[in-house]
Amino acid sequence: MLSYTARRLAESLLVLLAVSFASYILIGLMPGDPVDLMFADDPEITAEDIARLKALYGLDRPLLERYGHWLGNAVSGEFGYSRLYQQPVGDILMPRLLASLQLLGTSTVLGLMLAIPLGVLAAARANSATDYGINLFCFAGISVPPFWLALMLIAYIAVPVAWIPAGGSAEPGSGMLETLRHMLLPVLALTLAEIGGFTRFMRGAMLQTLGQDYMRTARAKGASARRQLFGHALRNALLPLVTVIALSFGTLFSGTLITEAIFSWPGMGVMIYEAIMGNDYNLALIGLMIATAFTLLANIAADIAYAALDPRITARGGDDGP
Amino acid sequence: MATTHTRVLAARAIAAALTIIAAAAICSIPFWSTPSGAADKSRLTIGMSQYPATLSPVFESMMAKAYVLAMARRPITVYDQDWRPTCLVCTKLPSLEDGTAVWETAENGDPGIAISYTLNPAAVWGDGTPVTTDDVLLSVEIGQDPQTGALNAELFRRIDKVTVQDDKSFTLHMNKRTCNFENIAGLALLPNHIERPIYEADPQSYRRRTAYDADPTNPGLWFGPYRVARVAVGQSILLERNPSWWGPEPYFDEIEVRAIQNTSALIANLLAGDIDMIAGELGLAADQALGFESRSGDDYQFLYKSGLVYEHIDVNLDTPSLTDLRVRQALIHGIDRQAISEQLFQGKQPVAHGNVNPLDKWYDPDVPKYDYDPTKSVELLKDAGWDAGPDGIRVKDGERLTLTFQTTAENKTRELVQQVIQNQWRAIGVEAVLKNEQPRIFFADTITKRAFDGVVMYAWLSAPESIPFSTLHSSQIPTEENAWQGQNYPGYNSPEMDETIDRLETDCADEDQRVLWSDLQARYARDLPVLPLYFRAEPYVLPKNMTGLRPTGHQYPSSLWVEEWRLTE
Repeated sequence: MLSYTARRLAESLLVLLAVSFASYILIGLMPGDPVDLMFADDPEITAEDIARLKALYGLDRPLLERYGHWLGNAVSGEFGYSRLYQQPVGDILMPRLLASLQLLGTSTVLGLMLAIPLGVLAAARANSATDYGINLFCFAGISVPPFWLALMLIAYIAVPVAWIPAGGSAEPGSGMLETLRHMLLPVLALTLAEIGGFTRFMRGAMLQTLGQDYMRTARAKGASARRQLFGHALRNALLPLVTVIALSFGTLFSGTLITEAIFSWPGMGVMIYEAIMGNDYNLALIGLMIATAFTLLANIAADIAYAALDPRITARGGDDGP
Repeated sequence: MATTHTRVLAARAIAAALTIIAAAAICSIPFWSTPSGAADKSRLTIGMSQYPATLSPVFESMMAKAYVLAMARRPITVYDQDWRPTCLVCTKLPSLEDGTAVWETAENGDPGIAISYTLNPAAVWGDGTPVTTDDVLLSVEIGQDPQTGALNAELFRRIDKVTVQDDKSFTLHMNKRTCNFENIAGLALLPNHIERPIYEADPQSYRRRTAYDADPTNPGLWFGPYRVARVAVGQSILLERNPSWWGPEPYFDEIEVRAIQNTSALIANLLAGDIDMIAGELGLAADQALGFESRSGDDYQFLYKSGLVYEHIDVNLDTPSLTDLRVRQALIHGIDRQAISEQLFQGKQPVAHGNVNPLDKWYDPDVPKYDYDPTKSVELLKDAGWDAGPDGIRVKDGERLTLTFQTTAENKTRELVQQVIQNQWRAIGVEAVLKNEQPRIFFADTITKRAFDGVVMYAWLSAPESIPFSTLHSSQIPTEENAWQGQNYPGYNSPEMDETIDRLETDCADEDQRVLWSDLQARYARDLPVLPLYFRAEPYVLPKNMTGLRPTGHQYPSSLWVEEWRLTE
């Protein structure tokens, strides 16, 4: 298990390196550069000034040379300054990362708490009115555009209920209640968007499990319906859900972008988007690295968890690993 | 069995009750109801769509930054709401008449000018340190240091030296004569007692270490009616009263500026009472505000100020069909700009008949105008040899009159106007093929490198009394040879226009200026290197009972006069 984990971590480092290179080059090839954007609103800036400033910030150097310089600094822990916020990248990133984790973690937990029972119920009463009702709810959650859902939540909840804020995050040091108050709508929006997928997946996994031989055996042995569902089927159906949850971490930043934007939530999704559009190399690259690292680590964790949960699977360092 | 049945019934009853309560709650919610919050004296919360990249007055040119800083510090001079230069930190503007401005010869032998200012004797920084000429000297030093990458390089290039008379009085010796010499808004005062040690430690990294970003709540950085009390990076900036403020007392105890990029969310936040007003400088587009006004006009005060953002269509004068003036005249006669202004913007964004705004001192009301006249368009095109083809599109020597028409993708207002124009041009036999691009590509490549072969629609931002040297002078046509420098994107080359522009820089007598500006506007209208469309309006959405906010319409924001803002009872 240890050698397998070490191998996967080493592979992840290579992936990170490749992603950093691709991201740097792609951002660098986008039309316009930081100096163009910095002085976009200055009607008196001259072309000579632009050229001088590009030289000052090293933007006249070849892209590969700039990447090498950036990589060298990044490896030594020097992530540089954010152009958009004039702060060290680490100072910007950490609060944003925590804010995103706060939002996504809460909504994922809530989503699973609701999706698992709903999925089990839908599978247990497959093709009944209950199943159809749950399916309708799921498809609505999957189909509704996130921005529309977010705006509707503001319109129907934040506007008439004065104590529910329409956006933003709690002021520093304002306490847990204030934090929860600000989290309410974005978490609700994300949870509603997530429930559908999780429930549908849970329902499918349960139906598959309920058709297994061992379930027939359980029924033949006279196990109660509750015991069949929760004692035998659910434990096995939860296994594939581990992978889905791990993969959902891949959308940690991209998936919350719209929700963060509408609710002005200071998270990673909006930050990475703004950094890319604003040619903030340092911030965008480190943000993308963190997003990639999270996805890779979540997948490794899922594989390890899968192996730990399912005795039929073993994690080895060879080609036959999970 | 009976127990189970009872339990099921009870569960169903609870579920039914919850459903009824939820349904009742949902039905009772009025969509887009009246605002749940209202501004009061203790705090005014302003929403805008951008967050400042820095709070330093000498780096990055951003309206968001200008808007926030205007409440916490002041430029020495600005243009006021009536577009006249005025002192904010000085006691009076220099003038040739009273000798505070004097023509002189610059160090390099060129004609120069010496302009003298006296700082307001009452002006002090938030920590009680007086605002003095030491602050002026530091600002000039940093502005002139090429290592810092400071803004307004053109202004600092013109300053040969600064002579100091006393703590409050100084003279700038400029190596170039300009006619609007009195405005030195670009010279942003920096607190010498705080910023000098930071700058001198390492000028090249000063940008990253300035106290404006490292320690923005330091009171000594601010000398406006408010000072920065809290910064939530990327989200909001809280300003509180500055006890050391030396001007009229502001009304609000605190002002919070919140950045909400999505304009629909901006409106939703206003309706929810999370913000009290939307800044006109960086908020809604005019059509969006008009739509909102039609729904919630009774609950808010809407102000529209058209200004210096000039929407227009650049014509590539190297494209054979467009070199013929008659074709350009046909195109402008073929656009019903009045209808666009009235139907799409309810007249709030007035038709532009040239590049000079009617609010500008030098606007000439007699500038030639092109009314909507499709019959005349057809005549002009026929005259130019373009006859109607079988499908209505005009043809000349086997070539169809087809133009590629480009603008910024995702700008809904522009795309709407573009479609209207496309239809109107089709009616006169001109085919416009739409090819819109992301703003970054559009501005960084297509426009800057003149990589368009038809027409492009976008906006110019200028300043009052700004001479259009970079956009109309023939030396400013971007080419590969000059590394794409200059902003004369149509490729307009007129020796007469060049001479007018050159003389505008030097012939400063009022009567000369008026003649030259009239000539410039007439020539612009006659030659049509650009098809003027309209001046964009800034929509301000304010609390019903707010008074004192006067939009400017130019790059100096309304918040420079924040101490005049009030709420009536």
